[in-house]
Amino acid sequence: MFSWELLGDALVLGTMVGCFYAAVSIGLSISFGLLDVPNVAHPALLVLASYGAWLLGDFDIDPILAGLILMPVFFVLGIALYRTYHETFEKRGSDAGVRGLAFFFGIAFIIEVGIIMAFGVDQRTVQAFYIGKSIEIFEIRIPMRMVVAFVMALLLSLALTFYLSKTFLGRAIRAVAQDEGALRLMGADPVAIKQWAFGIATAVVALAGALLIIVQPVEPTLDRAYIGRTFCVVVMAGLGSMSGTLLAGIILGVAETVVLTMFGASWAPAISFTLLLIVLGVRPQGLFGR
Amino acid sequence: MMRGAGFWIGAAVFIALAFAMALTIRNEYAFFAGFVVLQFIVLATAWNILGGYAGYVNFGTSAFFGVGVYTAVFLLKAVAAPLWIQIGVAALVGAALGLGVGLLTLRLRGIFFSIATVAITIIAETLITNWKFVGGATGVQLLRPPVTPPFDSYIKMLFVIAAIMVVIAVALARYVQNSGIGRGLRAIRDDEIAAECSGVPTLNLKLVACALSGALMCAAGAPSAMYLQFADPVSAFNLNYSVSALAMSLIGGTSHWIGPVLGAILLATTQQLLTVTISSEINVLVLGVMLVLFVVVAPEGIIGLARKVWRLVRRGSS
Repeated sequence: MFSWELLGDALVLGTMVGCFYAAVSIGLSISFGLLDVPNVAHPALLVLASYGAWLLGDFDIDPILAGLILMPVFFVLGIALYRTYHETFEKRGSDAGVRGLAFFFGIAFIIEVGIIMAFGVDQRTVQAFYIGKSIEIFEIRIPMRMVVAFVMALLLSLALTFYLSKTFLGRAIRAVAQDEGALRLMGADPVAIKQWAFGIATAVVALAGALLIIVQPVEPTLDRAYIGRTFCVVVMAGLGSMSGTLLAGIILGVAETVVLTMFGASWAPAISFTLLLIVLGVRPQGLFGR
Repeated sequence: MMRGAGFWIGAAVFIALAFAMALTIRNEYAFFAGFVVLQFIVLATAWNILGGYAGYVNFGTSAFFGVGVYTAVFLLKAVAAPLWIQIGVAALVGAALGLGVGLLTLRLRGIFFSIATVAITIIAETLITNWKFVGGATGVQLLRPPVTPPFDSYIKMLFVIAAIMVVIAVALARYVQNSGIGRGLRAIRDDEIAAECSGVPTLNLKLVACALSGALMCAAGAPSAMYLQFADPVSAFNLNYSVSALAMSLIGGTSHWIGPVLGAILLATTQQLLTVTISSEINVLVLGVMLVLFVVVAPEGIIGLARKVWRLVRRGSS
């Protein structure tokens, strides 16, 4: 049963899938990892963005372009979400944990059911010239759609790493994550910065959602599988670490692909959650945690 | 003492009423729907023991419920066990599972605990999906044994059993709330570190709450196998159970045992009506919208609203 060739294929494909997982998790890495907002609605927003790309696909718009078009819309949506969260939970202070979580859980369900009611439960796919073809690298056949997602995911991660470490606003976001009180003493408004950061995190989700529908057919309840994947990646990375997100994504991607090849698809949903539990049990601060 | 007596009289009247209904009312559908409402009262009450009193948000109600369903399926297929043994064993399994989950995850706080409970749901579902003996992914058909007198239909018997389970669940929640356990759990919710420093045995209390809550959730799942005469992993571990239990508790109000009961009666009845009259999608939507509305506008739930109204009335009269 075991073959080195199969394992090699799994490793290469797993790395690519992993970069894609990093791309879909990076928004959560900002909103949850840096801003400490329990954004369990992240995967639902991801699927929502996929449906946006699917709708725009009807007008012959390339999914990646669609993702870019959706970014400003999601940016505004993110700001609205954060404002509501801040006004109702962060400001009140006490008991924000329970109700804040319930709030985002409720939002996730509303999005999910909203999609079901609007478009039904069928799987949706998009058309593009790179979907359905495949290329061969070192005698390993790789679907073209994975290559596109892989390249876009790398670009996205690099852009965000650069943004957070080199630009003024990016550094401000990291400052909020480190010490909100100190920032307030410097005369800056942490809420405005967090709002901006949450907007960016949600805008990134728009592009990630477009990648999602390139990689696989999308259905309304797909977000449940991605709760495990995104939180596994973010927690494994160590909260808020961008380079860690990439590495953690690759670890998850390889683990899933290897298990898929060796044991079959029915075990796949549990991989990310099992990894997550192991990380939480053994090293809760993650690979790159402070 | 007097208030305690009132509670038990109320419980006895409730069970007697359920029993009388089962013997007199002919329409089976009322019991079909009523069973689900009672089931959700148990689930919401169980959720509130950990989620409401201690402030640990459990997204894994469906894990316990599903394990309860499959404990019943296993016992039925393996030894053709009667219903009360199915429920009893499910409660034991649930307590053990709750203890295990607690040991594994209760050192985590806030969202980490919640995500870990989602993880346990999916892992349990995957295990069952790959377990051929209990039907695997396609599910399994179950045959009801002949009904025992004085009942004339199995659904009516399940309805009365569910009513008894409601009383047990509420009595347990009420006991926890009024005892030292409840005070300890509330201390944990308000400030876990301060509680720990003041000598509250936080981990032990959380484990007790987790085991109790798990036992009740599993027990609630067990009769569901016989109710549907069918079990499959996707519906047994459906996340809707998690969101329902959580929403019903938060909408009712988490500070008192009556909160989840009120929330469950209100929401589960609405859901039954909506499922029949419109569609099953819209009832999940209503649940989500109500949940978000309540946590934003009325964070203390129906209990909080009632208290506010009561205060206004008193101020008006004086």
